[in-house]
Amino acid sequence: MNLWLPKSAAGKRWLGLAPSYFIIGIFMLVPMVIMGVFSFLEPNPYGGVKPVGSLAAYVKLFFEYDLEDNLVFNPGYINIIFRSFQLSFGATLLCLVFGFPVAYYITLQPENRRNFYIYLITIPFWTNLLIRTFAWIIILGRGGVIETPLLAAGIIEDSLRMMYTDGAIAIGLTYSYLPLMVLPIYASLEKLDFRLLEAASDLYASRLEVMTKVVIPLCKPGIIAGCILVFIPCLGAFIAPNLLGGGKNLMLGSLVQFQFASARNWPFGAALSMLLLSAVVIMLIFYARAASKRASMEGSD
Amino acid sequence: MKRLLTLFTAAAAMLTMSLAKADGELFIYNWTEYTPPELIAKFEKETGIKVSLDTYDSNETLLAKLQAGATGYDIVVPSQNFVPILINEGLIQKVGVHSLPNFKNMKDRWKFPEWDPKQEYTGPWQWGTTSFSYNSEMYDGKGTSLQEFFEPSEEMRGRLSVFQTPDEVVSLANIYLGFPFCSEDAKQMKQIQDMLVKQKEYVVAYNSETMSDMLASGDAVMTNHWSGFSRLGRLTGAPIVYAYPKEGVVGWFDSMVVPSSAKNVENAKKFMNFMMDPVNMAMLTENQGYGDAVKGTEAYYSDELKTAPEINPPADLKVFFAPTCSPKAQSLIDKVWTKVMQ
Repeated sequence: MNLWLPKSAAGKRWLGLAPSYFIIGIFMLVPMVIMGVFSFLEPNPYGGVKPVGSLAAYVKLFFEYDLEDNLVFNPGYINIIFRSFQLSFGATLLCLVFGFPVAYYITLQPENRRNFYIYLITIPFWTNLLIRTFAWIIILGRGGVIETPLLAAGIIEDSLRMMYTDGAIAIGLTYSYLPLMVLPIYASLEKLDFRLLEAASDLYASRLEVMTKVVIPLCKPGIIAGCILVFIPCLGAFIAPNLLGGGKNLMLGSLVQFQFASARNWPFGAALSMLLLSAVVIMLIFYARAASKRASMEGSD
Repeated sequence: MKRLLTLFTAAAAMLTMSLAKADGELFIYNWTEYTPPELIAKFEKETGIKVSLDTYDSNETLLAKLQAGATGYDIVVPSQNFVPILINEGLIQKVGVHSLPNFKNMKDRWKFPEWDPKQEYTGPWQWGTTSFSYNSEMYDGKGTSLQEFFEPSEEMRGRLSVFQTPDEVVSLANIYLGFPFCSEDAKQMKQIQDMLVKQKEYVVAYNSETMSDMLASGDAVMTNHWSGFSRLGRLTGAPIVYAYPKEGVVGWFDSMVVPSSAKNVENAKKFMNFMMDPVNMAMLTENQGYGDAVKGTEAYYSDELKTAPEINPPADLKVFFAPTCSPKAQSLIDKVWTKVMQ
């Protein structure tokens, strides 16, 4: 008899889940608690923290000391955060616009070919993101793959100056995270009962109506999951803004990195991360609430 | 490229670490693309010590890593202004470099420097300068003044690249405006901030990695650059000229030091001694093209290196070495930079 094994069902369930709790605890909660604690401490001038409690990091998010040492409102960091949200939103939208048709097309293929296409979608993940982002410098840059033939054909006379712009960042982000949009949408489209589409057509729905009233509502969970999966990493991205955007305007990811390196203000970097984390969590809570409301509404229909 | 390739090198380093044998190891943590493999191979062959390499992209990263408690490194290579910080924070240890046999080879100019007056901690790696370079086929100027970089002409709009590291850019701005390094004067820093904000209108990218590539493709016509790294760009065939402005340039001196947490201190000292042998130091200089602090290396230089303009500055060039900034001065620099980047 093993006395260590719990006898009750609840105890057994707990034991079964123990590895997951352990992983979540070690790899998620512990680092988050460290960040949380650091954000309430004082910075050590040469990196690290002093064990002295302080709210300075959070004050710094909104206020600064001007040259005469007066505390004044400083929209600078808020602007950076706002810009990151804007860019992530744009990239998510682009991913959706390109990702949805791809997922839909794959769903329409015969079953044996679908897996092959999905496999193709995952191929870019085999190469490091950094290398793939560098490739875009060659594609978009002066004398690059796009410009050279256009110049040779006389269609353009000067460089298009595509590199080092916000557009280049958006292209880079869209390219990087497109698979994360395609896969969840495909997963929900795959379960779609295509007889419903025929039924809609039989009831005189136009092609557009079939799409907007049947297909999209039915794969909404996939679309939302895809948007979340793309939006969140975009918020923290710094490879594309740095390499393709020329690092001219700080993004949230680079700002956090800057605090831990050059500025040597770990508490402020931690506070920024906490702010980012709370924003994401609030968004997810809204999503979860909306989803459960919808589920209960559908249940009562 | 420098910064980002770090990721791969780190992964590669982890692989080699696991392969290393227990007898005689040395873990080096150095800047990216700053450690010639042939040099390491020679050291391994001569001593039988197995060397592993990991890389970083800036002094700040090195400091943050050591502050965060990274262990296992036997040699790290900070710049002169970070040496006092590492000493004061207790992150590096005395190894008595002055008593190593090859210390006698060090050039007198670099012996007992102000950042390590008794030469207890530091062994020489490379020293060089920070200035700017331009593509001579696309730019008519001669790079004679820092004005060309900080207050560029109209032709430079959207064609100027600036380093991503605030310390180096602000130091160069200090030289241009005649201010002291690490200024704690808010008015002076405001003037620098205004100048950098205005310069930003001309900037295509803030970049400390692909300077030579940008000059070669013409994405940038002028860029911040380091002397030896600019030479490497020129050697690929691009018309890159490293500027020696009359106001002067920023100098830096990178040295080998041994972290307090090092496990192979004796091997680290062997490596320091090895590097102070002119044959070996010449190999490093040949590969990097910065200056070295060891006597007799010139005899081993190639003809190309002997005459390279990047390593042979004009005799009247003013070189200013940045000291360690006070926390107050540092926070002003960061404030300026954050404002420019908003």
